[in-house]
Amino acid sequence: MPRVFFSRIKKYYSFYTGGFVMFVLALAVAEYMGLPDQWIGWTFMAATVALYAGIGIMSRTADVTEYYVAGRRVPAIFNGMATGADWMSAASFIGMAGTLYAKGYDGLAFVMGWTGGYVLVALLLAPYLRKFGQFTIPDFMGARYGGHTARSIAVLGTLLASFTYVTAQIYGVGIITSRFLGISFEVGVFVGLAGLLVCSFLGGMRAVTWTQVAQYIILIIAYLMPVVFMSYQVTNVPVPQLVYGAVLENVTAREDEIMADPAQASAREAYQARADHLAKQIAALEAVHNPIAAEEITQLKRDREIAEAKARPLNHHAEPFPGQTEAERDIARLNFIALTFCLMVGTASLPHVLIRFYTTPSVREARESVFWSLFFIFLLYFTAPAYAVFAKYEVYTNLVGTSIVELPGWVASWAKLGLVMVEDINRDGILQLAELTLNPDVIVLATPEIAGLPYVVAGLVAAGGLAAALSTADGLLLTIANALSHDVYYQMIDRQASTTRRLAVSKGLLLLVALIAAWVASMKPDTILSMVAWAFSIAASCFFPALVLGIFWKRATKQGAVAGMLVGLGLTLFYLIGVKYFDMTKWFGITDVSAGIFGIPAGFMVILLVSLFTPAPDRETQNMVESVRYPSLKI
Amino acid sequence: MQLTDKHREYWRRNLRLTGTLLAIWFAVTFLVVWYARDLADISFLDFPLPFWIGAQGALIVYVMLVRHYARRMNELDEEYGVAEDGR
Repeated sequence: MPRVFFSRIKKYYSFYTGGFVMFVLALAVAEYMGLPDQWIGWTFMAATVALYAGIGIMSRTADVTEYYVAGRRVPAIFNGMATGADWMSAASFIGMAGTLYAKGYDGLAFVMGWTGGYVLVALLLAPYLRKFGQFTIPDFMGARYGGHTARSIAVLGTLLASFTYVTAQIYGVGIITSRFLGISFEVGVFVGLAGLLVCSFLGGMRAVTWTQVAQYIILIIAYLMPVVFMSYQVTNVPVPQLVYGAVLENVTAREDEIMADPAQASAREAYQARADHLAKQIAALEAVHNPIAAEEITQLKRDREIAEAKARPLNHHAEPFPGQTEAERDIARLNFIALTFCLMVGTASLPHVLIRFYTTPSVREARESVFWSLFFIFLLYFTAPAYAVFAKYEVYTNLVGTSIVELPGWVASWAKLGLVMVEDINRDGILQLAELTLNPDVIVLATPEIAGLPYVVAGLVAAGGLAAALSTADGLLLTIANALSHDVYYQMIDRQASTTRRLAVSKGLLLLVALIAAWVASMKPDTILSMVAWAFSIAASCFFPALVLGIFWKRATKQGAVAGMLVGLGLTLFYLIGVKYFDMTKWFGITDVSAGIFGIPAGFMVILLVSLFTPAPDRETQNMVESVRYPSLKI
Repeated sequence: MQLTDKHREYWRRNLRLTGTLLAIWFAVTFLVVWYARDLADISFLDFPLPFWIGAQGALIVYVMLVRHYARRMNELDEEYGVAEDGR
């Protein structure tokens, strides 16, 4: 029976992939015949969202196991694709190449962190959670550490981590829809919300799983296509991942030229002069102690920072941890390591990823499924650095040094949206590197135009970005709603609730959470990437120690776990909020996004110490731990 | 429920495998990053070595680690008779 199911699913998705490629080609022909850009954008959005809605409606269900864990019959390879889409968010799809463009080597912390975390998932968690085989992560905490306390803290951690994350996704949806449909950001957010709910509302995990597979296929095609074209244009080899080393050498050579060019230096000096001028203004305002001026001072300080960044000499793209002094470089290295560590452990702790491994048919397939997940994720993350290098090559060779009136069309079209800014500060009519401001998000979104590809490809990229944001948001929404409906309502409030009632509560909460997240996102808080990065530290310090010790150390007790989760989470939140909002002195120079570097070890220490001073878990709990360790063992 | 020696040996071998793979994971990530500045002058496939490892090499190793673990554990399950029945 499972084999028949597998081959049927395989057939469906092969047809679907073929159909999607045909659809893109048909639109390309239509564009050639004169279909306006705006229409192409609308067609892409409408067609893909209609498709997700179709899958969502076909997968509707009233069965609890189907709703929470897709009936536990998702084959390893498809669970891999679904996990890939679940995992790769708007930040990965749109933001990552841009971050790499801006930070060079130092941006690789994200590439390594977001892939290396799956090694921890595979080795320490996925097979054991599958053997445990319930519905949520708080379920595991509840069963392993008996009683409602551990479960409640886990619910709190789930909410904290997933909510910031889901807000960032909906924000991403707003950006994409507003750009490609020509509607306002706020309306875009709520259009995106509708797209989200059609996937998950009727069918829960079952619907989300099968739409995520469809979304993965779209997002990976959309991500690879522009950079493959660009690679072919620049190097005549359509495999960007293999050849961008040579392009990187060109970029490095060009960086040296730019540094040696007197016109470039004059632009940087002009920015330094501006920064000095702003510093004087700030000092004058601060001297008066006028509370009304506080806002103005903050604004001026921000302007000064921007000007100072532009005045700084250029760093080489591939240079690890650039800095003016040795101490600065060491702090950069420490931060790189801390961030990589937090992202990895966070990956292995985010509930929406972990619950995907409840959906495979067996422990065996759970293990294989982590491999497929990582493989599908790898395809994108392996390509992102190439994207950044090709974009940099394009900007450094074809943009910098050209006359400002002759800049290519894409600069103007993205400048209208405020994502690209050009300022001729030294008034020589030529664009110097310091005079160009690129928003990181623009790298992926504008690459099709930079490479001179037809608008269809830009539409495809937007559809891919939308798929990435929607799939992640759906997984997260479901995780939040399930934690509330299953763990809080069913497990703690009403154990007698009927199936119908449980699902009704779950769907109601899903709708409510989605609305709140959309409302928060429509206020445009902070940047996508930093919000997402917070979620990693939060999840890592709350869940990782208790999950790992719960499986690998029978002696870990209820009191230990509760104390460890609270201390880990508390310390992380304290550091994060303190540094970000209250100008707290940084410990060892670690930035707020890596707050988990303190919370995670603290969590482990506290669980170890408290467990040793409290009575060992009872026989029943120990049996449960043993049963999780051996695939065939029944309690 | 009584664990046999066979069960214990299976678990020990699992722990040994997990530990070895984690050591490789640690080295390829954190050791390389720590010494990145010292390795920066070595060139590999046109890339500076630490950049290549961060952007590609480490990722390939991660994929291989997970693949190896899945294969090896599925074999151990059979060998020690703890595989799930049925499927």
